[in-house]
Amino acid sequence: MGTFIGKPIKRREDARFLKGAGRYTDDIKLPKMTQSAFVRSPYAHAKIVRIDTTNARNMAGVVAIYTAEDGCGEYGVPCGWQVNFKNGETMREPKHPLLAKDKIRHLGEAVAIVIAETLEQARDAAEMVEVDYEPLPAVTDPQKAMDSGAPLVHDEWPDNAAFDWCIGNDRAEVEAALASAHHVTEMEYRNQRLAPNAIEPRSYIADYDVNAGKWTLYTSTQNPHLIRLLLCAFVLGIPEHKVRVLSYDVGGGFGSKIYHYTEEALLTWVSKEIGRPVKWTSDRSEAFLTDAHGRDHVVKSKMGFDKDGKIVAHLTDEYCALGAYLSTFAPAVPTYLHGTLFQGVYTTPLIHLNVTAPFTHTVAVDAYRGAGRPEATYLLERIISKAAKEMNMDPAEIRFKNFIPPFDGVNEPGYQTQVALQYDSGNYEAVLKRGLEMLGYEEFRKEQEEARRNGKLLGVGISTYIEGCGIAPSAVVGSLGARAGLYEVGAVRVQPTGKVSVFTGTHSHGQGHETVFAQFVADKLGIDMADVEIEHGDTDQVAFGMGTYGSRSLAVGGSAIIKSVEKVLEKGAKIAAHKLEAAEEDLEYAEGKWTVKGTDKSVSFGDVSLTAYVPHDYPEGLEPGLDFSSFYDPTNFTYPFGTHIAVVEVDSDTGKVHLKRFLACDDVGNVMNPMIVDGQIQGGVVQGVGQALLEEVVYDEVGQMLSGSYMEYAMPRADDVPMIETDRTVTPCPHNPLGVKGAGEAGAIGSTPAVVNAVVDALSHLGVTDIQMPLTPQRVWKAMHA
Amino acid sequence: MIPAKFDYIKASSLGEALTLLQEHGDEAKILSGGHSLIPSMKLRLATPSVLIDIGGISEMNTITEEGDEIVIGANCTHHQIATSDLVREHVNILSQAALCIGDIQVRNRGTLGGSLAHADPASDYPATVLACEATIVAEGKDGKRTIGANDFFQALFLTALQDDEIITAIRFPKVSQGTYQKFFQSASRFAVVGVAAIKKGDGVQIGVTGVSGVPFRATAVENAYDGTSSAAKHAMDGVDDIISDHFADEEYRSHLARVYVKRALEAL
Repeated sequence: MGTFIGKPIKRREDARFLKGAGRYTDDIKLPKMTQSAFVRSPYAHAKIVRIDTTNARNMAGVVAIYTAEDGCGEYGVPCGWQVNFKNGETMREPKHPLLAKDKIRHLGEAVAIVIAETLEQARDAAEMVEVDYEPLPAVTDPQKAMDSGAPLVHDEWPDNAAFDWCIGNDRAEVEAALASAHHVTEMEYRNQRLAPNAIEPRSYIADYDVNAGKWTLYTSTQNPHLIRLLLCAFVLGIPEHKVRVLSYDVGGGFGSKIYHYTEEALLTWVSKEIGRPVKWTSDRSEAFLTDAHGRDHVVKSKMGFDKDGKIVAHLTDEYCALGAYLSTFAPAVPTYLHGTLFQGVYTTPLIHLNVTAPFTHTVAVDAYRGAGRPEATYLLERIISKAAKEMNMDPAEIRFKNFIPPFDGVNEPGYQTQVALQYDSGNYEAVLKRGLEMLGYEEFRKEQEEARRNGKLLGVGISTYIEGCGIAPSAVVGSLGARAGLYEVGAVRVQPTGKVSVFTGTHSHGQGHETVFAQFVADKLGIDMADVEIEHGDTDQVAFGMGTYGSRSLAVGGSAIIKSVEKVLEKGAKIAAHKLEAAEEDLEYAEGKWTVKGTDKSVSFGDVSLTAYVPHDYPEGLEPGLDFSSFYDPTNFTYPFGTHIAVVEVDSDTGKVHLKRFLACDDVGNVMNPMIVDGQIQGGVVQGVGQALLEEVVYDEVGQMLSGSYMEYAMPRADDVPMIETDRTVTPCPHNPLGVKGAGEAGAIGSTPAVVNAVVDALSHLGVTDIQMPLTPQRVWKAMHA
Repeated sequence: MIPAKFDYIKASSLGEALTLLQEHGDEAKILSGGHSLIPSMKLRLATPSVLIDIGGISEMNTITEEGDEIVIGANCTHHQIATSDLVREHVNILSQAALCIGDIQVRNRGTLGGSLAHADPASDYPATVLACEATIVAEGKDGKRTIGANDFFQALFLTALQDDEIITAIRFPKVSQGTYQKFFQSASRFAVVGVAAIKKGDGVQIGVTGVSGVPFRATAVENAYDGTSSAAKHAMDGVDDIISDHFADEEYRSHLARVYVKRALEAL
């Protein structure tokens, strides 16, 4: 712990957020700015027979109307990850046009864009655009999408598969081990589709400066540089150095704002056409229809055990929906972000996962808080609890029996899994022990027995998760199909007065980077936090960046900043040595000054930085200035882990689940700001509880959405959850300078199976072994009466 | 979320509102709290060309005691009703129901008259209005009339109100003992099932909302009531047109209705 590192320092950014003074894209109003509205398909699958914009063009205030005929971005929006078929066939990659041409492939797909002086005029005119559709049969379920004769999403291929994929040991070997196992536990279920629901809807302003020949795109994104790269190099073919992408404050994303969307590319194109700025902000209804969704896996799994409850083999087959088009990272989610976590925290010697990933007549499915890892964790943590029940073992006992033993990654090597990854460091027993202690597990089991005798349905559920954050290094992800690197950029610019500007290629959409990054930079430089400012979200200011997702910002972005801090100190020492007339190796740096060891001779950080910019008395041959930029490409992922425990009571008359307690003991490596880590965990847990109990995107047979508003899509609210009790163990990451692992997704990954395990535990004496998520009162009640 | 173009007129008296309503006929919609109408307009499911705002008519914003009845102006908000001493003392069940509606922002805007005129099958008030045998006071071009609770709710989103009529007040007989029991829909927090039960002599009167396209009196339960909750099993006798959605299908909703009638009888 330093002066700032490890302290629960209040978030600097919150004052402006709480006062309504944030600068979100929709807050920005440019001179001569136009507004836009989309004409969207009311069908999931249809032929476009005719589009007539005549009447709409004559409406008041209309500036322009465009359809696919107008030749906007003919290459479409690209996918950023390629996963080929098992037989070597290349991934099927359909064009994703900015506006639908000839055919509609999902509900809400845009057919035309109307530009007008005001938003009201744009909306009114959009209603007057006449489109004749010929509706076609649709398929929204990933398993049904692979049935022979299923309606095709893309006519150019014989079936709906985009790719299939497998990972782990030889299938036949795994099957043989299952066949000879003492006990086999089976599960079949659907990990349901979720809508991400960031509080700020997507919003874009494109502004083409006719005189300068330059574009500015204001966008609510999690990664401005990647958006610029995709937009310029792939979609519009415009010069990257003439495009500035700005994303100031962004109100949540949970993954949904990673991707390059058709709307932002189209607006950029439109702005040049009309020579004026143009804005579009999604409304909530459009967000349900067009923001990339999460999950939607149909799962069939078997896990085999020996007579002592040790796992001997695990075999799973999944159908994972991709939606109508491939979103930016979509192919990675059910594959490399999913199958690679099938080892969990267990010593399972044989693992095989087979994935079939079809197109469906739905909006795209891509990474959503956890991205592939919640799906893996849900499966492992549900099936091992189910196995414990079947084998008459305690769910904690079966986990202790199967845990990978502790390893710190320094004295003991990392743990090589059966599914490609090597874990960095872990102590899985410790977090479960602490979790059980927090609850008072033994006591609880007695209380549960007593409650059962009184007719109450009380249950406890355990989940011991692991996840992979800060996915890297670039060479490895490249070999797995990523079309981008996964390093990060961090620059430290010391101003002449010793004030410090830090530039990061990560992007905060609520995480608190402005506080946390300043904490460790101030500590490492021995200066005050008030003297450190964090800059992000401007491609003109920051050299490059890969953005914020996958809990990578501190582990990867923070490490890049540390590299630059080290360069500053290294150069500063040369200047200090010159000023102190001492050898560099005789200096030590502490509390913001260089001191000649064993003397009281010192020079401050401020003096050195001023000298760097006023280099009158200066080391010979040394460049002036104190300004460094670094790229950091990690050697491995980081692997946070933890134990989540839920206690529930089920209303026996109605099936309604009451979450009574939730305990989370997480290990995210070293902690920079415990208050922010707690907040991330608690927020993630609530999101995971939402998946377990409340949330579900429902498409009907023809691809209409039955859950397209907050009247039908149930988000967790404050009164749905108890206070989330948190604690931690600390197992530092051995391979990055801060020893940090990441905390952004852990809550959403660990919590969901804990809640479902608890409900099943509460009902186990009634013969209930599984319930489909979300565990609505109706589903729970029906399971009780099945 | 931008409504189509419309004109807005704020009426300063009931007379003016009635005249405006006659003048604009089908084109007009009465705006009270706006918590159902405005969202429908924003989604362009409703596109009235004129809104007649009755929110400023103070004569419709009072709660008074008139003999054996509590008379509640149609403009009274859910919050006013939930917190009124008169309502709490004499028709406590109504303040219970009002407190179940939405959140504090909704309760500060939404009104009793607006809610009843909208007749959403999952809204809370109809159960209480039926159980209490309240009367709805409406005024139109032919003058004032009262409509009994049993006659008021006719079908999904359809009431006995004529096109030229405005609800001005609701008259609730005083209730000595009553309870409102609700099972909340997890997304909208509307009623999947809402049961209002009051004591009337040795018997009970029970209104049920959320279950069917039209809220109803659970007469089979009332007839079988024996002082215990055993009659609750009759809650769905003779009920048809049962609502079914992904939160509650017919079977589960019917089960919930029986459970909540039982809970209401036990709570009395």
